Amino acid sequence: MALFKKKNKERDDSYYYASQWQLMYQKFRKHKLAMASAVLLIVFYTIAIFGNFVAPQGTEQFSGEYVNCGPTPIHFFHEGEWEGPFVYGLKRDRDPVTYMNIFVEDTEKICHIDFFAEGDKGGEYKILGLIPCNIHLFQAEGDGQVFLFGTDGMGRDLFSRVVLGAQISLFIPVVGMILTVALGLLMGSLAGYFGGWVDNVIQRLIEVVRSFPNVPLWMALSAALPATLKPAQVFMLMTIILSLISWPNLARTVRSQFFSIKKEDFIMAARISGAPASAIVLRHMIPSFLSYIIVNMTLTIPSLIVGETTLSFLGLGLRSPATSWGVLLQETNKLETIMFYGWKLIPMIFVFLAVLAFNFLGDGLRDAADPYK
Amino acid sequence: MSEKKVILQVKNLTKIYKSGKTEVKALSDVSFDVCEGETIGIVGESGCGKTTLGRSIVRGIDATSGEVLIHTEEGVINFLQATREQMKKYRRDIQMIFQDPYASLDPRMTVFDIISEPLRYNSNMSKKEIEQAVEQIAEQVGLNKAFLRRYPHAFSGGQRQRIGIARSLILQPKVIVCDEAVSALDVSIQAQIINLLEDLQKEFGLTYLFISHALSVVRHISDRVLVMYLGRAVELAETEALFSTPLHPYTQALLSAAPHPDPDVEINRIMLEGEVPNPANPPSGCHFHPRCHYKTEQCEKEYPPFVEKEPGRFVACWNCGACKAAQE
Repeated sequence: MALFKKKNKERDDSYYYASQWQLMYQKFRKHKLAMASAVLLIVFYTIAIFGNFVAPQGTEQFSGEYVNCGPTPIHFFHEGEWEGPFVYGLKRDRDPVTYMNIFVEDTEKICHIDFFAEGDKGGEYKILGLIPCNIHLFQAEGDGQVFLFGTDGMGRDLFSRVVLGAQISLFIPVVGMILTVALGLLMGSLAGYFGGWVDNVIQRLIEVVRSFPNVPLWMALSAALPATLKPAQVFMLMTIILSLISWPNLARTVRSQFFSIKKEDFIMAARISGAPASAIVLRHMIPSFLSYIIVNMTLTIPSLIVGETTLSFLGLGLRSPATSWGVLLQETNKLETIMFYGWKLIPMIFVFLAVLAFNFLGDGLRDAADPYK
Repeated sequence: MSEKKVILQVKNLTKIYKSGKTEVKALSDVSFDVCEGETIGIVGESGCGKTTLGRSIVRGIDATSGEVLIHTEEGVINFLQATREQMKKYRRDIQMIFQDPYASLDPRMTVFDIISEPLRYNSNMSKKEIEQAVEQIAEQVGLNKAFLRRYPHAFSGGQRQRIGIARSLILQPKVIVCDEAVSALDVSIQAQIINLLEDLQKEFGLTYLFISHALSVVRHISDRVLVMYLGRAVELAETEALFSTPLHPYTQALLSAAPHPDPDVEINRIMLEGEVPNPANPPSGCHFHPRCHYKTEQCEKEYPPFVEKEPGRFVACWNCGACKAAQE
């Protein structure tokens, strides 16, 4: 009895007045992992949008001096005394065993970290591509360097490049997702609404597209891109390539939703009420599978993130100095890199986190998608 | 009954489902007249075409051939082939109540939106008029006005069925097809809904086509009963006449299968042999002959016409005489 009592208690009056979306949100909120993922993704996207501000360096900057430098530790105390956040200066040295270039901290030299630092050190950028600005979230004073994630083979700050790379790695999938959804919705609705031979043709097309092995197809399509294109154009074309391959899943979902909902009693009730076809589709059918589409959209993004990363990793996508997480991982395709410069794998953690977060988010949404079951 | 005004005529209604090369005649050549203000019960076992018949009449599904004639002030109109303007005018005359009160209400709309939806497409009423109409109808079917802003998930089966009834009534139809309207409900709720339907019939002069497999319910509510078997009408008669002396052997068997509330009453159960034939491949001649106790050679060759054997009694059988004699 206690079990039932508890359930009834939760269903107060507001439950009866709650619309589909309110019920969905209530259910979604209970999925802790999905909520956490949503928060994480919001943080990621915010950082990506304001990437130029967060990153201490711009994409074009490099230094011949600090090549393959490991992450610089941030200190707060100097010889037992509080100094606030600072880094020591870096001294180049040679490993006595391997004779490799290494960097050691010069404890004589203290460089404080300035927050909201203004100056040319980090380079100029435009806020949201509009307002020129040269303020960065943090910067070491003088000629000190803060390399949170170390530097790459050209002496570029990896943290900056991860942040700036997020702009592409996180937004290509969203643009690609929109294209995918548009294509999937169109094809799926055509197949589901008309049925018959239209359905047959689209179904076969889906099977053909799905049966291509992804990587060779990407390679072929990317090879077709001229090397002279600007990063922005490559960006657009990559998006199109990715969405041309990923629409079939969504088209299938939409089609099957059309078929199953077409036979629902409430659709027939609407027809008997005299509702025209447009009203049936817009007022009854689309609202009833909209939630599924949103779930599908969320679950499409991770595969696009991985797709973009794979393409760039293989050198088929963007090229330096333009940056994305895949471009950053390009350097790790040698065993030597992983052995000596482990920090260069850090971008992978972000790919991993983003994909995982989108999957959990999609999971939570899927559980919440049909609040009536 | 014959002096009453005919309001709806179903003529040779046929519905064929095709799947590849096989054809299934879900409904073949069903014809009957419906008089104003009466309730016609439509009975038969699962898969006999009751629901297909109801849905074809309201144009929920498109019949393959046949006519549904409605008698209006402007004359007789074939509802199945009405023009767009005619539909706009007469759509409201034939409405339907669904079997499943859960599946037939769109869970994403409020009760108010559900009930008012037919008005949206069939009238030019203002928002205020619609609101008044919905509130009035809600009161008539026993729904609390305060519940109109709620969503269907807030209601029990019986209340949902009241919402469905309100939706079908809002256009002030003349004929309502009740497709198993109470079958999905608890027995106590069934009684409430049946009483409600009867009250509404008296109040608005409604005509019901009451589709059901529950013989006791049909006997209670119907003026006349149509019995169906494998997509065909086999017998149509006034309720009491049909229940006391069925003229078709199938009706006889069907009625004998109905349970009786008193366990001491002995039922002369007529056991039929075999199964219901596959509708994709029905037997030759009379569809019922492989299971019939009275079959003759003729039954295997020709399908019996659905004709008036006794005043007001339509039967599709070659051997009604033998069937009737056996009961006496």
